[in-house]
Amino acid sequence: MQDQLNHLSGRVTAGKMTRREFMGKAAALGVSAVVAGNLYTSAANAAEPVRGGTMKVGRGGGSSTDTLDPAIASSETPITNITTIGERLVEVSPTGNINPRIAESVEASADAKSWTFKIRKGVEFHNGKTVTAEDVLRTMERHANEDSQSGALGLLRGIESMKADGDNFIVNLDSANADLPYLLSDYHLVIQPDGGFDNPGDGVGAGAYQVEADEPGVRHLFKKFANYWDDSRGYADAVETIVLNDATARTAALQSGQVHMIDRVEPKIAKLLDRAPNLHVKNVSGRGHYVFIMHTDTGPFNNNELRLALKYAINREEMVDKILRGYGGIGNDMPINAAYPLFDDSIPQRMHDVAKAAEHYKKSGHDGSPIILRVADGAFPGAVDAAALFQQSAQAAGIPLEIKREPNDGYWSEVWNVQPFCASYWSGRPVQDQMYTTAYLSTSDWNDTRWKRESFDAQIIAARGELDVAKRKEMYSQMGRIIHDEGGLICPMFNDFVDAISDKVGGYEADPNNPMMNNGAQIKCWLKA
Amino acid sequence: MHPVLTLVAQRFALGLLLLFAASALIFAGTMILPGDVAQSILGQSATPEALENLRRELGLNEPPLQRYFSWLFNAMQGDLGTALTNGRDIADSLSTRLGNTLFLAFWAAVVSVPLAIFLGLLAVRYKDRWPDKLISAVTLASISIPEFLIGYVLMYFVSVRLGWFPSVAMVNSSMSLFERLNAIALPIAVLTLVVLAHMMRMTRAAILNVMQSAYIETAELKGLSSFKVIYRHALPNAIAPIVNVVMLNMAYLVVGVVVVEVVFVYPGMGQYLVDHVSKRDVPVVQACGLIFAAVYICLNMIADIVSILANPRLRHPK
Repeated sequence: MQDQLNHLSGRVTAGKMTRREFMGKAAALGVSAVVAGNLYTSAANAAEPVRGGTMKVGRGGGSSTDTLDPAIASSETPITNITTIGERLVEVSPTGNINPRIAESVEASADAKSWTFKIRKGVEFHNGKTVTAEDVLRTMERHANEDSQSGALGLLRGIESMKADGDNFIVNLDSANADLPYLLSDYHLVIQPDGGFDNPGDGVGAGAYQVEADEPGVRHLFKKFANYWDDSRGYADAVETIVLNDATARTAALQSGQVHMIDRVEPKIAKLLDRAPNLHVKNVSGRGHYVFIMHTDTGPFNNNELRLALKYAINREEMVDKILRGYGGIGNDMPINAAYPLFDDSIPQRMHDVAKAAEHYKKSGHDGSPIILRVADGAFPGAVDAAALFQQSAQAAGIPLEIKREPNDGYWSEVWNVQPFCASYWSGRPVQDQMYTTAYLSTSDWNDTRWKRESFDAQIIAARGELDVAKRKEMYSQMGRIIHDEGGLICPMFNDFVDAISDKVGGYEADPNNPMMNNGAQIKCWLKA
Repeated sequence: MHPVLTLVAQRFALGLLLLFAASALIFAGTMILPGDVAQSILGQSATPEALENLRRELGLNEPPLQRYFSWLFNAMQGDLGTALTNGRDIADSLSTRLGNTLFLAFWAAVVSVPLAIFLGLLAVRYKDRWPDKLISAVTLASISIPEFLIGYVLMYFVSVRLGWFPSVAMVNSSMSLFERLNAIALPIAVLTLVVLAHMMRMTRAAILNVMQSAYIETAELKGLSSFKVIYRHALPNAIAPIVNVVMLNMAYLVVGVVVVEVVFVYPGMGQYLVDHVSKRDVPVVQACGLIFAAVYICLNMIADIVSILANPRLRHPK
């Protein structure tokens, strides 16, 4: 019984269970109301941070080829590592606000073209040097260099000039952008001494932990940096990232207590795993979406009636149930959901409607030849099954879909952004502007629906420079509606991030930015005594 | 020179020649891998100048034959170059990984080889009776189940349910020998189950073959116990085929255990090689290929030499 009570208490501490549920379940175990009440209170108050211990994180996406160079980090393990050792100018909070880190404050000029970041005093690098505006400037220069391999290069293209002026780092843009701090919150942009020009992979940053052992593809051990400036992070004495690429190995490691937290729990086992007594599965709705994309400039998809027919023919709920096993939310044929700041929730949800699909299909005047949909499981997990479900529901509306399976190898170079109708995945962006700029601007390389409208481009640029939040929200709402009604995107679902943590871990909070509390759970959580 | 020494020396020279040929094949193989190395390092956004610079830096513009010999020459001196992906010294990273692989292979062999031979002897002793049938059934079943499945099953029961051994077989330099052995207990168990049947069946077949001989009958007539007849008189004469199959399995334990490495997160060579193949890190792939070829050739050479030495007609020529 003690075990079960501990389990219940753990769920209370983790915020998974209300007082009423707790009392009910405790009573079922034969515990008196007074005792149960005290238990509930102590469990709910256990959220006091504890210092010490080694936080062990099991993550996928690690490889022997990894480095600690922030510029080229692109999968989970390296991103976790640079977040552990590095500090950024600003971060995006779970609620979508800008969280000042190395920049103490951020100010924009009235036209949103010039931005001033005031550098926090007394922040130290692991090598003992103090972080200066010069270091920030050099870091940004390294990532903005055309020859750099930085994943953040594209984000920095709109910067006209940058300079360090005393304690201030100043950025001038070629056109107004109200979202600049969001762009600079990108995980690659970890501030390094002298920008990391000498040895970008040496692991010296200004973050909560410094490198102790670096064995790519196996494990990365970090110890607490004694002079770290922020007391509200870095509770454990040491952090160890353990590379667990195999999903079963990851779950087994958590269950057998060898790690305290894991990412990417498979939806099909998440519910079963959550029943285990000493751990909790945490799912957070994010901005990633599983999609089918049509080229709006290629027949037959250049006909909006046909696009609408296909949009009405897809059964979104069924996909969330069967492909995501409930760990996700339904999409609305636009790339934006409630996880984005300035989301307009009044845009009507498109539902599965056979009659309307048939009606639009008839109006489109399509000749009845099979419509070829190309898929591979590499597009998103379960893409082939999702396409089969789509084919069936389209069949009901009399739309002949033909599925063509493509190999995973080369899918992103040969099929996606090449073929007119295929399955794809978008990981989402911190703000709406970035999402629209990346995928819906006429000139964008990744405009994978061939959505080319000058009026829409103008809307994107106008919204980017708008500092009035209410006006901006209205502009994004209009853009969302246009894509929803006319775009080439069929968006059936947004997938959740599914993490799992041991009940020894305290301080876990849902963060829609990225899995594992924006890849920072290891520095933000603590190990309960 | 003693004729057996000549034979051994010949076999040794043949091994070296084979290794040389293998190195040429590996080099040619990595040359015909699709995709240009410079292109795959720089990615899709590469500018032509950057590509050209990197090609020159990597010496990709030299004729292949010259590149092959300079690579081979450096490799013989222990200089395997640096990894393209993370700029680390390959010999450094490889030596840790190779050490781990050999550590796992060694302990798996320590458990599985004596066990397989003992079970083989036991099966001969109780030929066609229930112990023989039981041993055959169990070992054949374990070789037929995919190794990752055995791994998962052991992991679930032994590690998650019972908590006896860790499911993550991670070893590093700060661990004591006992901690390491504890960490690799489950991979050893899986590998033992996988290699047992092959060696056991070969032992059984080879000894049964010898058991037909007249001298075995003599030994029996002398009144020796049947187990003693098998291991004193039959086993030494059946050693050549047994050593051959043992060496084949040892080679497997070194070069073929990538699935077990992935399941148990063991930092061995297999995972290291796969990671670098997927990133087209050619110098690492070549280095790993060379080492794997050397291990294979070496173990087979040992098997041949043991067979030569185990043959009395070659040891004592008239």
